[in-house]
Amino acid sequence: MVLKAFFPTCCASADSGLLVGRWVPEQSSAVVLAVVHFPFIPVQVKELLAQVQQASQVGVAVLGTWCHRRQEPEESLGHFLEGLGTLFSHEPWLQLCRERGSKSWNCKATRRQGPAPLAPACEDQVMLIFYDQRKVLLSRLHPPAALPERQAGDATASAGGLAAVFDTVARSEVLFQSDRFDEGPVRLTHWQSEGVEASILVELAKRAAGPVCLLLACLLSLVSAASACRVFRPWPLSFIWSKLSTCEQLRHRLDQLTLVVSTHRAEGPAQLMRKANTLVSVLLDMALGLLLLSWLHRKDRFAHLAEALVPVADRVAEELQHLLQWLMGAPAGLKMNRALDQVLGRFFLYHIHLWISYIHLMSPFIEHILWHLGLSACLGLTVALSILSDIISLLTFHIYCFYVYGARLYCLKIHGLSSLWRLFRGKKWNVLRQRVDSCSYDLDQLFIGTLLFTILIFLLPTTALYYLVFTLLRLLVVTVQGLVHLLVDLINSLPLYSLGLRLCRPYRLAAGVKFRVLEHEAGRPLRLLMQINPLPFSHVVRTYRLPSCGCHPKHSWGSLCRKLFFGELIYPWRQRGDKQD
Amino acid sequence: MAGPGAGEPAMEDKRSFSDICGGRLALHRRYYSPSCLEFCLSCPRISLRSLTAVTCTVWLAAYGLFTLCENSMILSAAIFITLLGLLGYLHFVKIDHETLLIIDSLGIQMTSSYASGKESTTFIEMGKVKDVIINEAIYMQKVIYYLCILLKDPVEPHGISQVVPIFQSAKPRLDCLIEVYRSCQEILAHQKAASMSP
Repeated sequence: MVLKAFFPTCCASADSGLLVGRWVPEQSSAVVLAVVHFPFIPVQVKELLAQVQQASQVGVAVLGTWCHRRQEPEESLGHFLEGLGTLFSHEPWLQLCRERGSKSWNCKATRRQGPAPLAPACEDQVMLIFYDQRKVLLSRLHPPAALPERQAGDATASAGGLAAVFDTVARSEVLFQSDRFDEGPVRLTHWQSEGVEASILVELAKRAAGPVCLLLACLLSLVSAASACRVFRPWPLSFIWSKLSTCEQLRHRLDQLTLVVSTHRAEGPAQLMRKANTLVSVLLDMALGLLLLSWLHRKDRFAHLAEALVPVADRVAEELQHLLQWLMGAPAGLKMNRALDQVLGRFFLYHIHLWISYIHLMSPFIEHILWHLGLSACLGLTVALSILSDIISLLTFHIYCFYVYGARLYCLKIHGLSSLWRLFRGKKWNVLRQRVDSCSYDLDQLFIGTLLFTILIFLLPTTALYYLVFTLLRLLVVTVQGLVHLLVDLINSLPLYSLGLRLCRPYRLAAGVKFRVLEHEAGRPLRLLMQINPLPFSHVVRTYRLPSCGCHPKHSWGSLCRKLFFGELIYPWRQRGDKQD
Repeated sequence: MAGPGAGEPAMEDKRSFSDICGGRLALHRRYYSPSCLEFCLSCPRISLRSLTAVTCTVWLAAYGLFTLCENSMILSAAIFITLLGLLGYLHFVKIDHETLLIIDSLGIQMTSSYASGKESTTFIEMGKVKDVIINEAIYMQKVIYYLCILLKDPVEPHGISQVVPIFQSAKPRLDCLIEVYRSCQEILAHQKAASMSP
């Protein structure tokens, strides 16, 4: 196999010396990590390598020699370099050579064919692959298809040569800690040899983060203890809290904040990204909420909103009354059963009357309530949107009630009809065997059954029409609420930090690598440049999505239609911990 | 260019083929070493005729709407849409050339360069490649040939986990595919011989 030598671009202009790195025999590739310059004492070099090996668990060794010279080599240098091969024995021994100021490189890899030191050597063909050490160190490789049965550690080992290269460079950080201003015994060249990189802001933030996190963690634990002890005991209150989406959202945010300010260190890079994403998402949420609050306060919009709310609720109630009057007449030219029509219509009209009185009772307090609710927008835009969604549910509570009445009536009718239809055909439902069996009825049973069946089937259009109208209204309200929830979900789960990282530092999130063939001359080894192929944005969102509240519709379209047809109640936005109604 | 020995193939050569619809394709082959080969297939350029036709249709439709509605926003919106549409087409849809780079014992790399200069690259490591084959497919009302890479299944040694087609937008005909196929098989045979020997 062709021998692949991964050479860092920062060492391409370094002075002559020894190549230090890791040899991966399975892929026949040598990953060069640094260059040790002359003069050096071999014992000290071996000591340094042993230290690095112990600290990083990477098999670092001397791989060969590096020669950066002016013209053709002098004889003494050539012998000296070969002599080094006997000092630091390594199979195969790599000899890289470059003329100063030109692009021509020379590579030789010798391998001894036998165990004896004087056995004949054979040469391998060498391919040079340049890589940017800093980018490879900082980047994280995302394997294309996450196999569910493999662990992450397993995947690194079996994923192939390139993952091994990334892994080697990432784990050898301890080798890159010394720069040329250090007074150590060995002089190295690597990406940080001009000076170790650090940022004052990052260091300050690290120092400040400890006490701040501790303080916030205490505050949050107090808040969660307070919310857990007092409010959830009495039954009606606990039922209301579980239904309101605001409480759900607040609980979610509390969990997220607890995760962010926890004083444990993040286990792996995935945990770190999740913490960063959560923090950025919470900060953006609060910023948007404050923006909304300032906009609402600016032109005294609260007063406008409160003034507009009661007429809007009145208007909705009036429209419903018109609708019911229309249904009680001859809606769309259909002929209804007069008596049933009147009963249902009056029943629903009375409900609307009750509702309007309730709204008028509440109207003096609306502005204060709205103002206090508006203050909660400083907790975040998502909280404000959840409150909006809850206000919509409260204002359209009568539509919900009508839908439930209509659905129950329709459901009862359908069940009655199906059972009597079976009777009409001389069958019945066997509860024990869960199937339809034939049955011989008496004459009076058959008579009454057929009579009831006829009555129900002639009353079906009226009930079906009421059910249809109120279901459509309910679905409209549910759609509006669903859109609001979708927006909240989006803000909650979008990984903004990862997207920003992908935009500004694309090499940090790598989907793979790409190669470019550099200028090639006949007789010289092949030179390639390895660059990082960044992860596409859609993959970034998919990999680093934050877990959301889980307010997704639980039914498929087929089961939804089935439920609608049979009149079963639908709860499309089931939330976590909801009780069955 | 200083060529290698007499028996080795030329460093660079260019031939022209046609794709399945009859458009002209140019196959540019670069031979870097016995273990590294690059094929560059250039697709036909965007034709002025189709561009003019689409622009005229959109603008005539917008003018028709304008005479109905008397709103001049429609005309500016039409210009905006045409510009955005053209930019989007050049950046996301129109592929200028496709490149296949095979490096023995490293892997196979496929690059698509769009008309706006954007490049999208996929690299498959040699350890995952099982074989490169020419396969048949039914495409609309035609039966076409396409070159594809078979990937090994990590679980089953003789199975195939994925089929990756190459030159999807250029869609060359069989004669071009055979050229590329022969060169790929030479390098893969090299690779298999090397992996067999210890």
